[in-house]
Amino acid sequence: MTAAEAAPEPAAVPHALEVDPLLDDPATRIVVCCGAGGVGKTTTAAALGLRAAERGRKVVVLTIDPARRLAQSMGIEELDNTPRRVPGAGTDAGGELHAMMLDMKRTFDEIVEAHADPERARAILANPFYQSLSAGFAGTQEYMAMEKLGQLRARDEWDLIVVDTPPSRSALDFLDAPKRLGSFLDGRLIRALMAPAKVGGRAGMKFLNVGMSMMTGTLGKLLGGQLLRDVQTFVAAMDTMFGGFRTRADATYRLLQAPGTAFLVVAAPERDALREAAYFVERLAAEDMPLEGLVLNRVHGSAATGLSAERALAAAENLDGARMVDQGDGQTRVGGPAATSPEAPAPEPTTEVPPADAELTAGLLRLHAERMQVLARERRTRDRFTELHPDVPLAEVPALAADVHDLTTLRAIGAHLATPRQDR
Amino acid sequence: MSRLQVVSGKGGTGKTTVAAALALALATEGRRTLLVEVEGRQGIAQLFETEALPYEERKIAVAPGGGEVYALAIDAERALLDYLQMFYKLGAAGRALKKLGAIDFATTIAPGVRDVLLTGKACEAVRRKDGAGRFVYDHVVMDAPPTGRVTRFLNVNDEVAGLARMGPVHHQAQSVMRVIKSPETAVHLVTLLEEMPVQETADGVAELRAAGLPVGDVLVNMVRPRLLDEDAVRAAAGDRRAGVARALAAAGVSGPERLVDPLLAQAAEHARRVELEREQREALAKLRTPVRELPLLGGGVDLAGLYHLARTLRRDLGVSDA
Ligand SMILES: Nc1ncnc2c1ncn2[C@@H]1O[C@H](COP(=O)(O)OP(=O)(O)OP(=O)(O)O)[C@@H](O)[C@H]1O
Ligand SMILES: Nc1ncnc2c1ncn2[C@@H]1O[C@H](COP(=O)(O)OP(=O)(O)O)[C@@H](O)[C@H]1O
Ligand SMILES: [Mg+2]
Ligand SMILES: [Mg+2]
Repeated sequence: MTAAEAAPEPAAVPHALEVDPLLDDPATRIVVCCGAGGVGKTTTAAALGLRAAERGRKVVVLTIDPARRLAQSMGIEELDNTPRRVPGAGTDAGGELHAMMLDMKRTFDEIVEAHADPERARAILANPFYQSLSAGFAGTQEYMAMEKLGQLRARDEWDLIVVDTPPSRSALDFLDAPKRLGSFLDGRLIRALMAPAKVGGRAGMKFLNVGMSMMTGTLGKLLGGQLLRDVQTFVAAMDTMFGGFRTRADATYRLLQAPGTAFLVVAAPERDALREAAYFVERLAAEDMPLEGLVLNRVHGSAATGLSAERALAAAENLDGARMVDQGDGQTRVGGPAATSPEAPAPEPTTEVPPADAELTAGLLRLHAERMQVLARERRTRDRFTELHPDVPLAEVPALAADVHDLTTLRAIGAHLATPRQDR
Repeated sequence: MSRLQVVSGKGGTGKTTVAAALALALATEGRRTLLVEVEGRQGIAQLFETEALPYEERKIAVAPGGGEVYALAIDAERALLDYLQMFYKLGAAGRALKKLGAIDFATTIAPGVRDVLLTGKACEAVRRKDGAGRFVYDHVVMDAPPTGRVTRFLNVNDEVAGLARMGPVHHQAQSVMRVIKSPETAVHLVTLLEEMPVQETADGVAELRAAGLPVGDVLVNMVRPRLLDEDAVRAAAGDRRAGVARALAAAGVSGPERLVDPLLAQAAEHARRVELEREQREALAKLRTPVRELPLLGGGVDLAGLYHLARTLRRDLGVSDA
């Protein structure tokens, strides 16, 4: 590569993210993988869990919404909401890998069953309002992920818990949604709605203030009375648990702030994903939550970075030109108008190339040019991030040609995570 | 062409982008389309490089040939307050309800109610006529929730029938369902040629069909250009090293010997990807819906890119220019 061609040096060079020391440290108890949807959170969580286990720790990975074949390869495709030992994980270092897939509804049901007597629990589980709520309304999945994390941590059976986060639009939802749902469930409105049921249905109505009766009245008219009655029954049955929701959300939140918890933000080297990552980085800092680093996933590389996109394209054009001056004897003489492009030196005029080779090679060169353009774009995007957040350590995982759904590939990803970034 | 075009798909596959391109594509010569957003994320404003959209229909683009694209970010809370105002003339009382958290309750948590309000607003725009009795919008394009939630979102009738069994919300749900389950509506799914999005698309199509909702097209987004034809890819896997090295030298590339291996490795990777994409295309073909493809725009999607995607769609959909 000539000096003129070399990409300008980025002003800020990020530190390498040291994954192995993090995973090996007995003080590390929870690793949370966050990021926008589809960037590779689940894959990263699984790869980290496997690596930690094969390095000797007793690990559980809590996955949320894994790709079907990934779940199969880990033996967790059935949803029973408890961790299962992953048979294929190496045990030579004395570690173990357990994994589970979150069942949001089951987790909610379990909370109900744990806090209400059997009869009440049955009534709640059968309530239409509860069923809609638990089947997934804003924040339920995030709340239940936090809840499950709290439960796993309380069991204290594992050295390390690796947590995946729900595929929400924003990584921040994982932090905010549980509190929102908790506040709603414990909130003023619910209490107000609960009041008539508590004091004995209709008889209690007269104690309600005007605002309240107007509200239930209007909502009742608008939504139909049945919905409100369902909510009231639900609220009355859940009585024992009120206050508990927000308290639980707060307790898990504190767990995330405690020493021993590490956050990794996963992002693809694309503008939107990195913008989302940047929000998250700033938020973690504001919350005193320890950010361990950024995992840049699906990064493209090339073993021929010495050949620039421009040169590759110019050379491909030379070969196209060659095909046009076919000599009739199956051989072509290279030398079209493109050969005079300033990027490519003039070819030796005597070289003869069979058209099939010229065509194939032109294709290879165009493919390379496209790859180099992708590389340049990803690099610019990454550099913009590191410029703004020079203190965030970085690990890069290459974009593999195929999807990730076996332990061998997870192991390879784990190895990439632990290998300091090579500047491309 | 259905008058209500709903665009769903797996998160991040390009729902907002494709919905916007579709609204532009359908706004040919003198036509007017409305692009609606229901998730309160201001994705449309970002895409069109304008400031945040208010809860109000406003023109955001002019399509080639004089068509117009209007946009609306529907806000469930505002829609409910409008609603209360319409039915009960609630002014200050509406604000009191808000203070108590009732609006929050009704729009955020009360199952289905939020969706009725959002779909209700979109359906109202579909049916709206001007003084001369002509439809105000030729098409309404909705940037809908992702595949996993879209059936439930559109199927508000079932949801609400179970919960709000009477009252205005119930009636509205029914009138919404009349539009949504008719040929007036088409639900498109955006996907990528990757395993998870394609799987989600297949599940989504099955779910929509089971619910009796009209499935439209599968829109494959971010399709990468085919740079090597399959023969070339196969050839690259065979022994063509010497020929490639000679051709590189002839084309004036320096150090051709060192480049042969990396270039062939990239070709092998490309071949693998082409093969995987072929499998995904086959899976999509089994869904028995029209499949259309939109190219990956190298530099990301800016306004020019959006017009480019719209042009591709217009050609594919055979939308007349007049
Ligand atoms: N054809 C395309 N070529 C290149 N980039 C694209 C294309 N379509 C979409 N994108 C980019 O992909 C990203 C995601 O697109 P978009 O926001 O439209 O997806 P979405 O499905 O609406 O996402 P969400 O689920 O978060 O709402 C954006 O950065 C967008 O610019
Ligand atoms: N480095 C990678 N190379 C190739 N494919 C990847 C890579 N990382 C993730 N994938 C694939 O991308 C898809 C989405 O990954 P996933 O981990 O489920 O994302 P998330 O959990 O963030 O939504 C999966 O099909 C996965 O196999
Ligand atoms: Mg995931
Ligand atoms: Mg969107």
